Amino acid sequence: MAGFGRPAWTRTITISAMNLSSSLRWLPRAGVVLLASGVGMAVAATDVPDSMQQRVAACASCHGARGEGLPGDAKVPRLAGKPAGYLLQQLESFQDGQRHHAAMEYVVRPLSPDYLRRIAEYFAAQQVPYHRQSLPAVSAAARQRGEQLVRHGDPGRGVPACASCHGSTLTGVEPMMPGLAGLSYAYIDAQLDAWRTHQRVSDGPGCMVVVANRMTGDDVAAVAAWLASQPPPADMHPLPASAQHEPLPGWCVLGKNEVNP
Amino acid sequence: MKRGRRSGILILALSGAALLAWWLFVPGRVHQAPAAQLEAEAAKLRDPALVARGEYLATVGDCAACHTERGGQRYAGGRSLATPFGDVPAPNITPDAETGIGQWSFGDFWQALHEGKGRRGEPLYPVFSYTSFTRVTRDDALAIFAYLKSLPPVHQPDREPGLAFPYSVRSSLLAWRALYFKPGVYRPDPARSPEWNRGAYLVQGLGHCNECHTTRNAWGGMDPDRHLAGGTIPALDWYAPDLGAQPGGGLAGWSRRDIVDLLKTGRSARGVAFGPMADVVRNSTQHMSDADLQAVAAYLQALPARGPAAAAPVAFVQAASHAQGGELYARQCAACHGKHGEGVPGIYPPLDGNGSINGPTATNAVRSVLLGGFAPATAGNPRPYSMPPFAQQLSDDEVAAVVNYIRQSWSNRASAVRPAEVGRLRHTPVD
Repeated sequence: MAGFGRPAWTRTITISAMNLSSSLRWLPRAGVVLLASGVGMAVAATDVPDSMQQRVAACASCHGARGEGLPGDAKVPRLAGKPAGYLLQQLESFQDGQRHHAAMEYVVRPLSPDYLRRIAEYFAAQQVPYHRQSLPAVSAAARQRGEQLVRHGDPGRGVPACASCHGSTLTGVEPMMPGLAGLSYAYIDAQLDAWRTHQRVSDGPGCMVVVANRMTGDDVAAVAAWLASQPPPADMHPLPASAQHEPLPGWCVLGKNEVNP
Repeated sequence: MKRGRRSGILILALSGAALLAWWLFVPGRVHQAPAAQLEAEAAKLRDPALVARGEYLATVGDCAACHTERGGQRYAGGRSLATPFGDVPAPNITPDAETGIGQWSFGDFWQALHEGKGRRGEPLYPVFSYTSFTRVTRDDALAIFAYLKSLPPVHQPDREPGLAFPYSVRSSLLAWRALYFKPGVYRPDPARSPEWNRGAYLVQGLGHCNECHTTRNAWGGMDPDRHLAGGTIPALDWYAPDLGAQPGGGLAGWSRRDIVDLLKTGRSARGVAFGPMADVVRNSTQHMSDADLQAVAAYLQALPARGPAAAAPVAFVQAASHAQGGELYARQCAACHGKHGEGVPGIYPPLDGNGSINGPTATNAVRSVLLGGFAPATAGNPRPYSMPPFAQQLSDDEVAAVVNYIRQSWSNRASAVRPAEVGRLRHTPVD
């Protein structure tokens, strides 16, 4: 497994790191009184906030203090407002080795199923305003092809429309379907490639392994470019499960419990 | 005449080589216990009290950590254990008849745990820590065996070890064993308290703490004089600190409660468990009884004081980038770890006098800055706080500067790390 090097977008991240330090500035002062808690642990009475935001600082340096993602064309996705079921499944996949990213695998490794669920729920509950992603340099024809695939798919090759599963607003569908709006070109492109090459897998046949393998490399770039070029809708909430009118195809299984909404 | 003698020598040499090859490559036969014996044994092993005790002991020994693949079935093996000599996949120890230990007698199990030998009598690779497990009593071994036999069988064939020659030849272990392995059950020291003896038994035996917390030589052998004195874990590349709690030791200043807290909850007033130790706490030590944790702490606190070898060099020179490191520390670290590295007890570990980051190598400090991460989630600390990873934000020079600042400020007097070493650790696999 590869380590993770210093990527070209370091400057962007340094800016967000400064945001992080300022958002965590109300951190501890040392005026500490030792108290005994129920489990026998000496816990300090401090002004360290007893909040999820404070506890998940490890997530914030890449995904933003509230999971809003990073400005610019980063390969790091937003987390805020994605369905909790989807986020939990991703955390579990990093833990059990189905999804690969050295930094993520290390961070989630020592966590319990219950804490993973709380973290997923924390980010799912965040509502933050989204900025338009920077526009990738692709031709108008490619963007048009991208829109075609997102809205209508390519029936000739068995590629369903993105909107048919990820919601007509592309903000996802409860409980498992992630939104595509507000993601960067680099992230969408990298994930579709990862599905195509089986670097990213999931239990069961996995919808996206099948879909991504029916797409060409140009299709992947076109879809990622069109999605990233759209202004995110004002309401980024995932649609309710009832919005999924048609059942997913039989080859499409989501998650450990084989959720097939 | 001369030619005759020469061919005689040749024949002798060839038959010698053939004999050697036979000795090296032909495995012994499986010793199959008679069916009646296995049947009688199986009845005894089904005792629920024995199985329950075995489950506790298997947890203390953290057997599942190696014998479970990531995302795989517990105890079904398959996890590849990296060593400097190659990868050794842990075998399936569920009672599957074909691929697990379904056909094993207790005698087979005892031979593996106590003598480090497989069912054919072949020497086992010491990545299986029989160098420690040999101290486990026969009663405890029986309980563990009963527990393993009670597991649902999983059909999962073992994979072959990926070792390079000559390590791929098991007989090459005979020399290693002669040098570094002394079989023998733990013998209580009557001059010490029962609590100390229990702690010694757990630490030296089932807990196999020394397998990581000591320095190994180029052959992977351990020096008995460096018992629990700390060392770099081969292949994993984390520094397992000195566990001595007397002056000069890595846990100097730790109270008994600090040690128990860390093992039980993953955090203490003096530090948190991270890296491989976070896994150990999460999977094993948090489930240990209070009495056993107290015994372990009592034993560690009584380890001998360390010699003055670790004292600061006379001509101690701070790294040239100390000022840059101080600026980075103030901006990125001080908010949680305190202006003077004092930390927040139980939440953010102190860095001043922290034996885990003041060790002979800067590995832990560098990798913690790069990787960040959570303390383990345990029953005693179910929602741990965390540290941001800085790999994406700081260059090799910056990481070296801030690590050197931490290792050379306040009471800390540790060696400096070079940026090139940070670059190497950036690409060290996390698993």
